[in-house]
Amino acid sequence: MAVIDTLVQGALLGGVYALFALGLSLIFGVMRLVNLAHGDFIVLAAFIVLVGATSFGLSLPVATLIAVVAMFCLGFALQRLVLEAVLGEDIMPPLLITFGLSIVIQNGLLLGFGADSRRLDAGAFETRSLEVVQGLNVGLAPLLALIVAIAVILLLQLLFYRTALGRAFRATSDNPEIAQLMGIDHRNIYAVAVGISLAVSVIAAVAFGIRANFDPAIGPARLLYAFEAVIIGGLGSLWGTLAGGMVLGIAQTVGARIDPEWQILAGHLAFLLVLFLQPRGLFPARRA
Amino acid sequence: MLERANPVSESRVGEGGWRVVVGTRLSRIAAIVAAFVVVGLVVLPAFASRALIQDLIFVFTMLALAQLWNVLAGWGGLITVGQQAFVGLGGYVLFAATVLAGLDPLLAIPLAGLFAGLVAALIGPLLFRLEGPYFAIGSWVVAEVCRLLCAQFKPLGGGTGTSLPNVVTANMWGLKPVQDLLAVRAPVARDVIVYWLTLVVVVATIAAIYAFARSRLGLALAATRDSMAASRSIGIRAHRIRYGLWIVCGVATGIVGAIVYLQKARISPDAAFSVTDWTAYVLFIAVIGGVRTIEGPVVGVLLLWALQHYLAQFGSLYLLLLGLIAIVMMLFLPKGLWGTFAERADIHLMPLRRRLRRS
Repeated sequence: MAVIDTLVQGALLGGVYALFALGLSLIFGVMRLVNLAHGDFIVLAAFIVLVGATSFGLSLPVATLIAVVAMFCLGFALQRLVLEAVLGEDIMPPLLITFGLSIVIQNGLLLGFGADSRRLDAGAFETRSLEVVQGLNVGLAPLLALIVAIAVILLLQLLFYRTALGRAFRATSDNPEIAQLMGIDHRNIYAVAVGISLAVSVIAAVAFGIRANFDPAIGPARLLYAFEAVIIGGLGSLWGTLAGGMVLGIAQTVGARIDPEWQILAGHLAFLLVLFLQPRGLFPARRA
Repeated sequence: MLERANPVSESRVGEGGWRVVVGTRLSRIAAIVAAFVVVGLVVLPAFASRALIQDLIFVFTMLALAQLWNVLAGWGGLITVGQQAFVGLGGYVLFAATVLAGLDPLLAIPLAGLFAGLVAALIGPLLFRLEGPYFAIGSWVVAEVCRLLCAQFKPLGGGTGTSLPNVVTANMWGLKPVQDLLAVRAPVARDVIVYWLTLVVVVATIAAIYAFARSRLGLALAATRDSMAASRSIGIRAHRIRYGLWIVCGVATGIVGAIVYLQKARISPDAAFSVTDWTAYVLFIAVIGGVRTIEGPVVGVLLLWALQHYLAQFGSLYLLLLGLIAIVMMLFLPKGLWGTFAERADIHLMPLRRRLRRS
């Protein structure tokens, strides 16, 4: 039972990692941009929700909704005002700018909130659990995180393959010049993509903020988990990313069972192992 | 800033009396001035204060790291944010070799470089599988793996780290002669030795990078950056050159790390593999001065030194400011202070461009 329990807990943790990864994967897919500040944006989102919930006394869902809108706007503005100017053949400028943003967000949060660990308060919900079978308890919060991850993937799939905006995303991703000839303003398409990426980050932030502590310095670690989930799963496939998150989550949980200090290391080693054995990931997209 | 390669020797007389020239009158003057500056820096400990020597150790190590990042990212296209892996490994090998194996620090430094190079050689093929920007995060993961493994290494204090016992540096080679030569106490003499080591490393790094950038290999890498397909068709094996460059930079970064931690005399995994200390500052230096120029990081490191001097006391605000400056620079002066100046004024102290001249 202990084995099954470890696997189940790891897979549930994978739901959160998939949520971390979706935003990163989305903008890489649309515009070949890797946002090195992605983890810090997740932490920023967690702090926005925290402020909404504690300083303004909003309920967690309302605070989340407001943060989603705020982060979408921030992402849109970030792309139009900053990233757009440096996006091009040379991958160095956007990497350096997002690395700079990472430093700015981390230290800005440190100035505003101090180095203390925080947690989002979801009331009794965060400790409640379901007994699936005898001896196997599943926390409601982790379970909901996984369900939300699946829901977000379904929504993104719908968006990509069933809407005009999704067609524009795919067209711009395939060939920005031709897409422009067809009357698509790639600048707004990119800005919407970054906006959606940061909006999804809010969901990720809440999912992990109610089950674990966060502080301004943990952004880079979230970026690494997100990245590992993407690469383990294989580029270009959202379901692959979910599976990659689960593999990472299981590796970490197994590592933690052996020795709590090995949790993070086990995840990284699993990533390197996949890179060694299956450089294109476990579930690569057929198209790519 | 040594310009060892004689520009004339590189030029080849072609048909019709045309030849390829790289050096200029200005670059030759700059080389002579640079040689004088280096000689001045060598004899500096005879009159400078200990604080200045320590400051210059910081400047030289940061400059060496920035140049190494610059050649990897600017010439090799290997944009990494994980160089702290090799700095930290260098430091840890120095501690392991001196504290646990009883080696002399001066012997442990090259050993640290070799070990870092070995790790680079092993991990390189794996990281090179990651596409462009994902390579950057992959290198960061490797640095984290190194940090977590060193944190598990109990003989050197595990997660809390350890200090270098006095006995290690007290009997260090060269300490006595330097003490006698300058008539100073042992701790000062140790600083001076570290200062000379960093000076040697930074001058050698810059000279080697300049020689590389002007060599056929450097030209080949520049060509792959312009067009991978075209450069492959003329027989350039970019992958091999990159892999070699990656290993050599790993060795050099490990050496710098070992020297840094000989000076600090205290190591912990969080400090030795710190992304802020060994990558953020380094990127700042390169961005401010100008990526893909050799003079740029020199300008950048001097600016960082000044900012550090006046603003480091503000902690988070200081780092926030560095980040903002770097972003604004990338947006408005993407070639950096030196790169922009060199382009507008057409002044190149260490020119890389090959020009045709009729002899």
